[in-house]
Amino acid sequence: MSDNHAPRTASQRVAWITTVVVASLVLVFLMAPILAIMPLSFSSGSYLTYPLPGFSLRWYEDFLNSPRWVSSLKNSVIIGVASTILSMVLGTLASLGLAQWKSKFKPLVLAIVLSPVVVPGVITAVGLYFFFAPLGLTGSYAGLILAHTALSTPFVVITVSATLQSFDMNLARAAASLGASPIYAFRRVILPLILPGLASGALFAFATSFDEVVVVLFMAGPEQRTLPREMFSGIRENISPTITAAAVILTTISVILLATLEALRRRNERLKGNLR
Amino acid sequence: MTAAFVAGADASSEVPLKRRLKRAERTRRLKALALILPLLLFLLFTFLGPIAGMLWRSVDDWEVRQVMPHTVAALADWDGKDVPGEPAFAALAGDIRTARDAGTVAIASKRLNYALNGFRTIMSGTARNLKTLPEPGNAKDTLIAINPAWGERATWAAIKGASGPLTSFYLLGALDLTRNVDGAIVAAPEEQAIYRDVFGRTFTISLGVTVLCLILGFPVAYMLATLPTGQSNVLMIFVLLPFWTSLLVRTCAWIVVLQSEGIVNDSLRWIGLIDEPLRLIYNRFGVYVAMTHVLLPFMILPLYSSMRSISPAYMRAAASLGASPVTAFLRIYLPQTVPGIGAGSLLVFILAIGYYITPALVGGAADQMISYFIAFYTTETVNWGLASALGAVLLLATLLLAVVYGKLVHGQQVTGGMKN
Repeated sequence: MSDNHAPRTASQRVAWITTVVVASLVLVFLMAPILAIMPLSFSSGSYLTYPLPGFSLRWYEDFLNSPRWVSSLKNSVIIGVASTILSMVLGTLASLGLAQWKSKFKPLVLAIVLSPVVVPGVITAVGLYFFFAPLGLTGSYAGLILAHTALSTPFVVITVSATLQSFDMNLARAAASLGASPIYAFRRVILPLILPGLASGALFAFATSFDEVVVVLFMAGPEQRTLPREMFSGIRENISPTITAAAVILTTISVILLATLEALRRRNERLKGNLR
Repeated sequence: MTAAFVAGADASSEVPLKRRLKRAERTRRLKALALILPLLLFLLFTFLGPIAGMLWRSVDDWEVRQVMPHTVAALADWDGKDVPGEPAFAALAGDIRTARDAGTVAIASKRLNYALNGFRTIMSGTARNLKTLPEPGNAKDTLIAINPAWGERATWAAIKGASGPLTSFYLLGALDLTRNVDGAIVAAPEEQAIYRDVFGRTFTISLGVTVLCLILGFPVAYMLATLPTGQSNVLMIFVLLPFWTSLLVRTCAWIVVLQSEGIVNDSLRWIGLIDEPLRLIYNRFGVYVAMTHVLLPFMILPLYSSMRSISPAYMRAAASLGASPVTAFLRIYLPQTVPGIGAGSLLVFILAIGYYITPALVGGAADQMISYFIAFYTTETVNWGLASALGAVLLLATLLLAVVYGKLVHGQQVTGGMKN
């Protein structure tokens, strides 16, 4: 694969170098804005420009001393964790069911289960706003947790189903033949093997809820504002360096999630490699 | 035990075994369904129900029906050719009196005002000036004396058109259409006919972003697919990290970079290329830049995976058969990336047409896409019927594209399986 396009002639070499240059510029385009705002959060001045007048942590201090920002971070974590747990339970059960279920309706059910990913955020948000308002679920944690669960479960189903597909059902049969009850077999044989897949699913679910802002925009009262929601108002009003501090905090959390996922994926591939 | 089982199997005929198998199969299926059911019920409550509710709102016409039931009944047989007779006026007077006491005049007049501009004033004025119920037989004269508009056919046609229970009013409105006094579908008045423009703009921006993503994403995917795995895994971080970074962070970053006191303008001024800051954000340019940045990974990832599966042997074969590198690329390599291009482009386009946050933050008033208007009519000027109708059109477009996407990706999997 690596010598796929190993340049053989001069013109090929030129073509390849051009590709690499253009592609590298695009990669810079992808990373630059994110990298550009990070140092600004450590500025001692209040203007968002370079060169920085000096280094300080005052904007992080500002973030931590502001009840608005701190409570928004807390809300994001509460809603993220609760909706992750709920979507893990619902999504894992459904994936186990889907793995065994053979029916001509399966594509339809799968389409329904995955549809929250495809439907534009505004439509989901408006529908929920109309539907939850008479039930008293707008402006409540419960409403947001339910909504975020609906949005994250598809990712759990995708990840867990993929894991189950590579799972050897003979292991479950072996456990059963040795006298394990289905629940015991699940707990001691299936669960440990699919655990990395479940963890990836949970990370996806948490990231989905942690990033979501459209539904929060419609449904959250002042008490439930999440970090992205607070950033949305901050960007609307005027961008202060405190927002860049919030952005760095959010990005750090994303990087941790991504790194964990990548580690899980590597571990999984290594295990698969060993089995072969 | 085994012996006994075998003997038993021998003794019994084929049918019970078949039946037993069938029963076992059915229990299995029921167990599987029982595991899926909780999620389906949950989605019914938190997703399908709400969306069905929204679709219902786009055709539901309850206001006039509920506030003015007698008028609606009296107009049931009205042919619409002339101003209706005395009974309709009497019913209207009665309804308005009742509504005034119940405080529901505003509900009906808001709906009627959508159908006929100025109806709100007619209703409120009539409700205020109708001190007592008119004498029997005198309703028509009394009401026309209060407001001559009651003597016009258009006023009554508006009530008739809004008397439900279902209406095509909002859906037609979402397509810049309306019904005239005679009930025929005609173009909406110019000052209301903005939605075709908005849909067109949504389409143009989404298409532009898709093309930009393809142009920028193709070389990246090609390089990542061609480099050795170790190197491409490292470079992949440049794609995955932005992909995982919050949308708000990325949008915020672009504002910081592109605003008039931002990094780009400052650098250009410092170099001496410009004297006045360029306007790079809060306009169409900013929308294209930010949306392309956000959606680019959705193009690169499918392209990358389709390119990875192209065997280098094809290109070698083409070269050995005398094809020039350009010919080999255009005739052999490019056609094999078409499924990846299709999947990536559709995915980016589907995501783009529903975008709300990014255009709302980095676009100007003339760059807002359809989602902005849905949100606007839901929370700012409360016109839930129109918001729902616009939502229904957007939903239909998205689902159609999603079905095409599903077929495309599924087809790829099938052919991929055959290749293996």
